[in-house]
Amino acid sequence: MKYTDYYAVLGVERGASADEIKKSYRRLAQKYHPDVSKEPGAEARFKEIAEAYQTLKDPAKRAAYDELGQRPQGEEFSPPPDWARQHGGGDGQQAFDDVDFADLFARFGARGGSRGRTGMPGQDFEVPVEISIEDAFRGTTLDLQLSMTQYDEQGQVKRVPHPVKARIAPGAVDGQRLRLPGKGGQGFNGGRAGDLYLDISLKPHRLYRATGHDLYVDLPLAPWEAALGASVEVPTPAGAVNLKVRAGTSSGQKLRLAGRGLPRPRGGAGDLFAVAQIVVPAELSERERELYEGLKAVSGGASESGMRKHFAEGA
Amino acid sequence: MTNDPEVLWLDEHRVVSLAEMVEVSGLTQEELLELAHGGAIPVRELRGASCTFSAQVITTARTACRLRDELELDMAGLGVALRLLDRVRGLEEEIARLRALLPRS
Repeated sequence: MKYTDYYAVLGVERGASADEIKKSYRRLAQKYHPDVSKEPGAEARFKEIAEAYQTLKDPAKRAAYDELGQRPQGEEFSPPPDWARQHGGGDGQQAFDDVDFADLFARFGARGGSRGRTGMPGQDFEVPVEISIEDAFRGTTLDLQLSMTQYDEQGQVKRVPHPVKARIAPGAVDGQRLRLPGKGGQGFNGGRAGDLYLDISLKPHRLYRATGHDLYVDLPLAPWEAALGASVEVPTPAGAVNLKVRAGTSSGQKLRLAGRGLPRPRGGAGDLFAVAQIVVPAELSERERELYEGLKAVSGGASESGMRKHFAEGA
Repeated sequence: MTNDPEVLWLDEHRVVSLAEMVEVSGLTQEELLELAHGGAIPVRELRGASCTFSAQVITTARTACRLRDELELDMAGLGVALRLLDRVRGLEEEIARLRALLPRS
């Protein structure tokens, strides 16, 4: 296992008082708590801070931690045999095989306790998962490789792989939470298994932008398609469909394809909106220029046609 | 469209009792009722000393439990934190909705 310098994690001296440790934990927790922090890596940092505090706030755990001595952060080490015999129970050393440093002190509360206590529920997991818009449309099965803490009959703790398959039905959207009862960590002494919570987010898509079950897609139109109307093919997650663009469509106008968005979990579906974007050719051929000049002569400029009359009204 | 019975969608359609909320959130019944009466945790139906919730609120209640344990917030602090988090979430959703309307540049 790798040594973690809990004092360094909390930014305090080794001789810090309980009050100093608490104050430092609170300051760091406010900064990195994953429910309130947007700092990059906040969740991992908070986990480290909480783990350090759980050990250093408890006098018995802190004393046992101090007995390990000070080592460089991240150094590979095994607890000395005496320490292992005293704190590991059984015959010592092998009690810490397959144990993370994080679990080394967690066992203090669980040993004996897990044997005596009845009905300890297993650990809950909350896992953020990113799925594609295609997966949200069709549904998908996630293969999650989790790792859970397990206690044996002697109260020894081990970290074991916990693979979970989760079938996500069509209709999950950004921010959707799912609960898989009993798919978390194993319960102890007859306690129920923990639950698994999935926090779904949608990966950015090269075509669609999702908001709830509605999808938005850019619809580039040539000026004459927007002015005269057209029938254009628009992609949707279920396949391309023909959309009738009415004559006189302006840029930014949303053309709705009802029920062509993402399916709702209990039936029905959101809409797909094609957002018109009138795209003017960057370069004009001689003939095109003549035609545009002709159009200008007939229609007049934007000022003459009253398109910008609100400028004058607002001035 | 049928859903896997092992996967519960935490949305407004699923009703959760107070007892179930206590079990899954880690908050006590008294704490849940105090937060519910104060409006920090939305209730579906409030009946004197009991109430029901929409399943989507489970996440809020679990957040409250984490904030209580990990930031050592008292009930007043929890109420304020939950309201502010709810406002932030609402604003983030609004930004995402408005961004979806913008053409991809």
